[in-house]
Amino acid sequence: MTDAAMSEDNTPKELEAALEKAPETEAVKALPIKVRATDVNVFYGDNHALKDVTIDIPEHRVTAFIGPSGCGKSTFLRCINRMNDTIDICRIEGKIEIDDRDIYDRSIDVVQLRAKVGMVFQKPNPFPKSIYDNIAYGPRIHGMVAGKTDTDEMVEASLKRAGLWAEVKDRLAQPGTSLSGGQQQRLCIARAIAVSPQVILMDEPCSALDPIATARIEELIDELRRNFTIVIVTHSMQQAARVSQKTAFFHLGVLVEQGNTEQIFTNPVDKRTQDYITGRFG
Amino acid sequence: MPTEHIVTSFDEELSRLSDLISRMGGLAEVQIERSIESLQRRNTEEATQIIEADRAIDLLQTEIEELAIQMIARRQPLATDLRATVAGLKIAPHIERIGDYAKNIARRTIALNQHPPVKPMFTIPRMGRMARTMVQDVLDAFSNHDLAKARAVWERDAELDDMYDSLFRVLLTYMMEDPRSITSCTHLLFVARNIERIGDIATNIAELVHYQVEGEAMTEDRPKTDQASITVLDSN
Amino acid sequence: MTDIPANDATNDAEARTRTREAALIRKRYRAERRFRMYGLAAILAALGMLTVLLVSIVSAGLPAFTTTQIALDLNFDAGDIDPGGSRDPAKLASANYRGALLKSLRAEFPGSETRQGRRDALNMISNNVPFVMRDMVLADPFIIGTTQRVWVKSSADIDQLAKGSIDRTLPESDRRVDNRQLAWFEKLEREERIRTVFNSTFFTTADSREPEQAGILGAVIGSALTLIITLLLSFPVGVMAAVYLEEFAPKNRWTDLIEVNINNLAAVPSIVFGLLGLAVFLNFFGLPRSAPVVGGMVLALMTLPTIIIASRAALKAVPPSIREAALGMGASRLQTVTHHVLPLAMPGILTGTIIGMAQALGETAPLLMIGMVAFIVDVPGGFTDPATVLPVQIFLWADAPERAFVERTSAAIMVLLTFLIMMNLFAVLLRKKFERRW
Repeated sequence: MTDAAMSEDNTPKELEAALEKAPETEAVKALPIKVRATDVNVFYGDNHALKDVTIDIPEHRVTAFIGPSGCGKSTFLRCINRMNDTIDICRIEGKIEIDDRDIYDRSIDVVQLRAKVGMVFQKPNPFPKSIYDNIAYGPRIHGMVAGKTDTDEMVEASLKRAGLWAEVKDRLAQPGTSLSGGQQQRLCIARAIAVSPQVILMDEPCSALDPIATARIEELIDELRRNFTIVIVTHSMQQAARVSQKTAFFHLGVLVEQGNTEQIFTNPVDKRTQDYITGRFG
Repeated sequence: MPTEHIVTSFDEELSRLSDLISRMGGLAEVQIERSIESLQRRNTEEATQIIEADRAIDLLQTEIEELAIQMIARRQPLATDLRATVAGLKIAPHIERIGDYAKNIARRTIALNQHPPVKPMFTIPRMGRMARTMVQDVLDAFSNHDLAKARAVWERDAELDDMYDSLFRVLLTYMMEDPRSITSCTHLLFVARNIERIGDIATNIAELVHYQVEGEAMTEDRPKTDQASITVLDSN
Repeated sequence: MTDIPANDATNDAEARTRTREAALIRKRYRAERRFRMYGLAAILAALGMLTVLLVSIVSAGLPAFTTTQIALDLNFDAGDIDPGGSRDPAKLASANYRGALLKSLRAEFPGSETRQGRRDALNMISNNVPFVMRDMVLADPFIIGTTQRVWVKSSADIDQLAKGSIDRTLPESDRRVDNRQLAWFEKLEREERIRTVFNSTFFTTADSREPEQAGILGAVIGSALTLIITLLLSFPVGVMAAVYLEEFAPKNRWTDLIEVNINNLAAVPSIVFGLLGLAVFLNFFGLPRSAPVVGGMVLALMTLPTIIIASRAALKAVPPSIREAALGMGASRLQTVTHHVLPLAMPGILTGTIIGMAQALGETAPLLMIGMVAFIVDVPGGFTDPATVLPVQIFLWADAPERAFVERTSAAIMVLLTFLIMMNLFAVLLRKKFERRW
């Protein structure tokens, strides 16, 4: 039998069978849903950047968004904490709920939303202030700390959780920008968790780091997942495979496939997913 | 594969892996065929050659395993590529076992040739031919990703088991009737056993083909009708 | 043997390629060297011109920092100063010191009895000597009736003569100092009654008709008052406008229009702002003429585009990742701007502001239109007092006919340049300080 004949014969059945179990196998389904996006459409001016994205992001799990550049994965990530609001020409339709509350509802204050949904960016971007002030900034503006001892404790706790305390405890007054790239990124993570968010969004957090620093961040992500729900956009398939429990593949603004990470990386259903993760995209 | 990788050398490695497995399988098929032939013709010389030829299969196994490990290390294959690589890595030792069984048959042939022939020999070539076809089919299925063919092989194993069972009973009866033939019959019994094992390995490979194509292991139980292990004969 | 010629051929070809490559490399190096030479020549030319400018200004201006004094025996004649002998300060203040002075001069300068001689004698010294005498009497009335040897300021012409700026060999008619004065001067010189001292008057007085009494303090204070107004108006308004346009305003046709207009304003000739100030501030609002407050307002208008453009550039230069970081932390837009963006942009904004201020400090044309070109002999005491500014003072002096004002013009330019250098230095220091902090 030739390949063509085979796929003709088998694909529909195969697809049906796979589709039945692909969306949610037990491991993910058993968990409560933290973020639920329904039919999300995003437009940049005339450009339809995201088309009918519907996805559930489970609590206390790492969900990875993969896909080629410009596929809309970062756009979608930025919808979750409304970072796209800062772009004038950006228009969003559909519904994104966190804990069953629509975050685009009028009653939601975007500042509070962003305190609840932290973000870590591609390039480590500590504030050009001391390490201490970097961490203390969020809690201060949100009025979460009162007095110096309180702040000190908060800073120490956040740095410890980000696994950075031992490295920086003797130089908290030094500027955050004096740290190495990997340390800076962990500082950014510490800064994000200092305001006790529930969800942490990470936009390619390791793309500017060397493998060792990357491994540290990945270890940290795995650690953090116990307390936070993490959504990570990554260009590295290996990274998605390593750190995430759920993976979603975006292509040309469409959420092509989502499922358990092991399934996506060993047995993807959609041909586009298959081609992308095996490096066959033309 | 309908589309090609962006990295051409990855495609080349994958096809080389597939080629090596086909070559190894081809060698194994020839070994089975020749061993049955030498048994049939009581050809000690050919049997000796077969024993020596097994080295080539062993070498190919090493080559395949090295290639697969290297691909995993350097290309980090995912999805279909991962399954193809892992399947290759797993199939190679199976084929090597097939080669070993053929070699065993050749050894038994040398021993058998030192005794007068016994009658039930005629069933053996039939079993041998069948096992050979199974191996051939399952390797075709592997290289063509042909699930139907793999499944057919998987189901045909029951037939081979049945043949082995009946031969087992026949040989037991012979030995009871003519104790002088015990040596030859025991050797023949082992030959039959080896052929039956080759069939089992073919089913294993069929399951790997299923994994490679479908992305998951076969969940059904194997159609095992082999009764020899629990057969008892009345001694009166 | 057959492949030897072939080898030769390939060798030949290779050799040719090599020579061609070598020639190309040489050419490239030459071009680079030439280009560097052009650059160096341009810098040297600029430096040369600057040097010529500075040397000419400094050489012309330096003499203005010294002044000539003459030791005179002043007779504080009781008959002229205090005829009644009452020692009443009010009477003493308005007494006839000129008469006493003339008597002293007659004693000092033989041949000054005639009208002509008396004028010559008076022209030897600055016309403020009677006031000096009055101040001495008011300070110590007991000198009335005595004769004191006092170092008095010479007149500007004698000052020029002492500094060698007047050629003594010229015929009398072509000289500003006549033969009689020259004779007196040479006699005084011989008696060592001529000395050259630091010209503190230049830094402590305002403008005057008499060059030896003219100073730049009035202009410096006027400039300072004007610049304070300019800074107070243009810095907050400029920064606010820049922050709004850069961080908050939606990008649409209106903001584009505003941007184009701001850029245009920066290129509008400054005299136009002067006319605007005249029409609006003086004629419409009736603000005082020649006052630093109006000058500051006009200069603020002129400086605004510079500050806005510089501030916007500085804000744009703040990496967007900082804004994202702050917004991502849940900071509001205002917090993002005030906590992060503005402090980071500050060095750039300050540099732009100081450059704008320096520009304003050197500006003349718009101030002419609002009357700051008036001749003002008092140091301004407030924002609404009539005042002039340094560049206008320079302009006025450059126009004056007296030889002595030429050196004062150059000296005033030196003072202006010093202020500009100090401002730029301050900008650099400020930037350094900020840069170290971040």
